[in-house]
Amino acid sequence: MIGFVAWRLLQAIPLLIGVSLIGFGLMHLAPGGPLAVYTLNPTIQAQDIERIKIIFGLDQPVHVQYVKWATGIFSGNWGYTFFGGRPVLDVILERLPATLLLMGSALSVAIVLGLSIGVLGAVKRYSVFDVLATTGALFALSFPTFWFGLMAIFVFAIELRWLPSGGMWELGEEGNILSLLRHLVLPTMVLALVITATWSRYSRSAFLEVMQQDFMRTARAKGVPPAARLMRHAFPNAAKPLIALLGVELPFLFSGALVTETIFGWPGMGRLFVDALNMKEYPILMGMMMFTAIFVIIGNLLADLAIAAIDPRVRLR
Amino acid sequence: MSAAASLPDETGAAAAEAPLLSVRDLTLHIPVPPHVLRAVDGVSFDLRRGETLGLVGESGSGKTLTALMLMRLLEPPLAALPRGEVRLDGADLMTLDEKRMSALRGRTISMVFQEPMTSLNPVMTVGRQIAEPLVRHLGLSSREAAARAEEMLRLVHIPDPARVARAYPHLLSGGMRQRAMIAIALACRPAVLVADEPTTALDVTVQAQILELLAELQREMGSAILLITHDLAVIAETAHRVAVMYAGRIVEEAPVAALFAAPRHPYTRGLLASIPKIERVPAPTLPEIPGMVPGAGDRPRGCAFMPRCARAVSGCAAEPPPLAETDRGHRVACWNPAHG
Repeated sequence: MIGFVAWRLLQAIPLLIGVSLIGFGLMHLAPGGPLAVYTLNPTIQAQDIERIKIIFGLDQPVHVQYVKWATGIFSGNWGYTFFGGRPVLDVILERLPATLLLMGSALSVAIVLGLSIGVLGAVKRYSVFDVLATTGALFALSFPTFWFGLMAIFVFAIELRWLPSGGMWELGEEGNILSLLRHLVLPTMVLALVITATWSRYSRSAFLEVMQQDFMRTARAKGVPPAARLMRHAFPNAAKPLIALLGVELPFLFSGALVTETIFGWPGMGRLFVDALNMKEYPILMGMMMFTAIFVIIGNLLADLAIAAIDPRVRLR
Repeated sequence: MSAAASLPDETGAAAAEAPLLSVRDLTLHIPVPPHVLRAVDGVSFDLRRGETLGLVGESGSGKTLTALMLMRLLEPPLAALPRGEVRLDGADLMTLDEKRMSALRGRTISMVFQEPMTSLNPVMTVGRQIAEPLVRHLGLSSREAAARAEEMLRLVHIPDPARVARAYPHLLSGGMRQRAMIAIALACRPAVLVADEPTTALDVTVQAQILELLAELQREMGSAILLITHDLAVIAETAHRVAVMYAGRIVEEAPVAALFAAPRHPYTRGLLASIPKIERVPAPTLPEIPGMVPGAGDRPRGCAFMPRCARAVSGCAAEPPPLAETDRGHRVACWNPAHG
């Protein structure tokens, strides 16, 4: 297994280089260039911009810039922001806790809920519950997240006044857990809605497929009661596609949710990305791209390891 | 029982040996608009302690559905359709609630399935799969059950049972998996074993071993076996009595020797005639039964076999023939049965 992990991590290197090349190329192809924002600022003279270019190394040929940046990525120096000149990695890491909190709570709520709805739908196939759950999931998946976000703010924050409409704390209450939880509810709800829908669909079809297998009939034929058939026989077999889904969703835990964080003013990674995009903060955008790519690789690796752990037929190589 | 058997009056002996499993008028009519598919159409038979009854017929004759109905293993929407009576040791299985039926499955009545490759749970060790009914039905601790599971593997002649108990099914061959399935089914020493085509998916050499194993375990445990197969050779080798099914009905039932020596029903005669014999060289054209098994909608009102039958008489189309006793223990459903 250690050999497998080492091999997969080794494979990840060319993948990350590819991602960095494409990302870097796209950034340089984007119209306006990194310093376009400065040209709109009347207080900054042309020679200032030239000076800034030299400071950031933007006067050098593209391939030299890439090599400098890429070697920095692999050695832990992810570059500096255009505005303020702060280390990119610091900027990213200081946004991480907020995103981990929001995505963590949304994912756990959604997985528990989605799994339960999916399993119940599979067990009681074509029942009223199943039809309602299926329709509901379709509804949740077809409407855009911003609509749910705005509706949630309208109903719970503006009309009912139960919950705050955005931010992480009330002013002056930073560090107050209760205030944090109150602010967490709406964005978690909105995020969890879509993830729950996905999970209920996936787990329903995974369980339906397993429950039609011959070995489930064997379990019934030897007198195993329904709950044990579900937990002991169906679950481990149905878990594989769900673990794969979990592996794909792990990066979201770290990269955040663009729309939801923006609507609710949640100071996480998603909003950092949107802000950086507006400010043309290329070092941050590229840093976040690499950051996400790393977690995509880790998520898939962990999923493969978990699947191999529950299914004896899967060999790691 | 021995006293009863020594009586000259044979009816006394028969009465003393009441059947263990008694199936009466078992019926499965599946509505397939605009027709009603008479998948199983009034099947009745008895199974005695320690006896093997072979249920033979071609694909679609209703053998497997009969087995699944006995076990009450039909899934919705079919689960609500079966009619008739299945008495096991006095209790009517058809009217038991699911919970009480579940307590009998694997303990009093067990089943071995046709497909050993897919009938075992791929992510559970063989040992745990055998131990499961022991824990559930006999209340053994998991350690006792594990020891018994190993013992069962030894009983079905699996080499190195300790190692196999810890193995996952994908490591075993088809024959080994079917042995493991038999170990699961017999773990609680059930009174009745339903074996649905247990050897069909296996190599011929392995088939013989599995049949031998079933016979051996039957002698040891005294279980009654309902052996379902399309293969008359399997019946000849293993069964004491045979029931031949055609289009959802039993058309002939007799002790094995009597059936093979003097088949009465034209369908049985056709089946027996179509078995290739090795000594005839060069082989003549193998006789076959003309026509096809009738489908759901176009089953005749009278005898279902009539359209293919060479012995059909005018009365055959009017009414299906009842299963009537011709000789002792030999019953046939035919308006014009053959003799000798």
